[in-house]
Amino acid sequence: MNDPAPAAAHGLMAEFERPEDLLAAAKKAYAEGYRRMDAYSPLPIHGLAAAIGFPRTNLPIGTFLCGLLGGVCGYGLQYWVHVIDYPINIGGRPMHSGPMFIPVTFELTILFAAIGTVVGLILLNRLPQPHHPVFNVPAFERASQDRFFLCIESEDDRYDAGSTRTFLEGLGAVEVSEVQP
Amino acid sequence: MSEAQRRPYTTPASELGPGQTSYTSITESISSVVLTPSTPWQWFLVVAIVLGLVGVLQIAIAWLLYHGVGVWGINIPVGWGFAIINFVWWIGIGHAGTLISAILLLFRQRWRTSINRSAEAMTIFAVLCAGMFPILHTGRPWLAVYWLFPYPNSMDIWPQFRSPLIWDVFAVGTYLTVSLLFWGLGMIPDLATFRDRAKHLVTKRIFGMLAMGWRGSAIHWERYEMASLMLAGLSTPLVLSVHSVVSFDFAISIIPGWHTTIFPPYFVAGAIYAGFAMVLTLMIPLRALYGLQDFITERHLDNMGKVMLVAGLIVAYGYFMEQFMAWYSASLYESFMMQNRMFGPYGAVYWALILCNILVPQMLWSRRVRLSTLWLFVVSMFINVGMWLERFIIVVGSLHRDYMPSSWDMYYPTIWDWALYLGTIGFFVLAFFLFVRGLPLIAIHEIRSLLPMGRKH
Repeated sequence: MNDPAPAAAHGLMAEFERPEDLLAAAKKAYAEGYRRMDAYSPLPIHGLAAAIGFPRTNLPIGTFLCGLLGGVCGYGLQYWVHVIDYPINIGGRPMHSGPMFIPVTFELTILFAAIGTVVGLILLNRLPQPHHPVFNVPAFERASQDRFFLCIESEDDRYDAGSTRTFLEGLGAVEVSEVQP
Repeated sequence: MSEAQRRPYTTPASELGPGQTSYTSITESISSVVLTPSTPWQWFLVVAIVLGLVGVLQIAIAWLLYHGVGVWGINIPVGWGFAIINFVWWIGIGHAGTLISAILLLFRQRWRTSINRSAEAMTIFAVLCAGMFPILHTGRPWLAVYWLFPYPNSMDIWPQFRSPLIWDVFAVGTYLTVSLLFWGLGMIPDLATFRDRAKHLVTKRIFGMLAMGWRGSAIHWERYEMASLMLAGLSTPLVLSVHSVVSFDFAISIIPGWHTTIFPPYFVAGAIYAGFAMVLTLMIPLRALYGLQDFITERHLDNMGKVMLVAGLIVAYGYFMEQFMAWYSASLYESFMMQNRMFGPYGAVYWALILCNILVPQMLWSRRVRLSTLWLFVVSMFINVGMWLERFIIVVGSLHRDYMPSSWDMYYPTIWDWALYLGTIGFFVLAFFLFVRGLPLIAIHEIRSLLPMGRKH
């Protein structure tokens, strides 16, 4: 039971059977004063990120800025091609044919915003990351299937191998295991 | 008057069948389609047939590139022929996937969950098929790059951005890219499930790399959900724009029968119509083959039947408005076009179109038809054919007799037109079957969310 080298561990992981147990446990851990923790689940659980103290993501700002950039690039490209670089009279239409530039501008807005969203998501989540200490827990393979996990990391100020374990066991965890680094 | 005397409200069939009561059963049922050494013999049979068709596709492309587009039946005035008919048909089919994954997500239609992944896959494969046609229609695709893409080339010339054909390049290119991103992003958590369930080391490694180390962290999920919502919000106007832009290829021109303002909405409705028909054409056999009745329930069949009925009625309204405008415009050429469409040399095609797209789908008013896989399959096959005939009518019907009788000509497809068309059908089915065998064909993590929280699992 006793941890040989508690400082070396990544943290302690508690396993739960139901999503609502995990959500309740996360709220209690936050109320207890734990801050460096993460919860793992096979499906998105509404309110779980907020429960562990993660503020609302600002990914949409990135989406908006990328979309704006796409729109400016799209219109700018067409303006530059048809007005500045190679002005050519096609059937008497004005060089700057605004309405005819809308479809490409629109499509590039969407394209840039979508790519920005996905790239932003991957970068913010720091993926691809093939290895992470949590994978060292054998039961963790069920985190992508049917079990729910809460991991309190050893970097937390209140972390203590003994008392944190007792705290997690008191939350109704099926099992509490140490996460090797 | 009292509660008991009222006619009881019949709740719609469930989104999940009775066999799926826990996260474990959902995970096992879906991943067992892929993570198994055994493959149904029907899968091999279909793949063998469609591999043959892909061979036909390769021969048709090789012969076309060797000889030029003269091997097709196109001529002047009918310069577009099968290439554009099939392009519009395939693009339309793709639209149902985006409608299901994006628009129904925004409307919080939970029944979309079990069909969105495979419908998105269908979108991507259909867009790939569609893309082949205009590229091959250029005859010498390797020379056509500078017409299509604005890149600084040694001739110092640019594409013509005032042309709807270049809008097509941007619309279809964006559509393919965004659909791929949405599809791939949606699969990451499910690939992690496969990684954790796979027994064989190689399989585990492959899925592990594809899953990018996804571990289901709450913080990751929070951003992931937001990204899905953003992509859905971006895809919704995108999908409406794509078929609108495709319809601009016709509507911006001054050919009788093409130069109309109803084309964009009418094309989008037709795309949804064709797409749902193709979803049913693929899903009904797949559901039987892999025993997915718990995931694709009567609720799904019923709803898809209803969507097809509504889209079909909008399309019927489009046909009616074309008739009305031909008369109301008092334009000699418009009314001749409509006369010619109904009673000209291709008249039989028009009446076949009315049969397939308007008359037969009225069966969908019956609940019994919507709940019967056999009848739904028959109706969806009629719609698949009908939507193809519609594009034939639009492309050939208007081009072969326009303003000047001296320039009229008939269009007859050659064997190479048919070979290329059948070949793309083979490619489409092959890609879909490979997807079903190797990737999660149902969004497992989204299906898990269908189980009510607070229930004992």
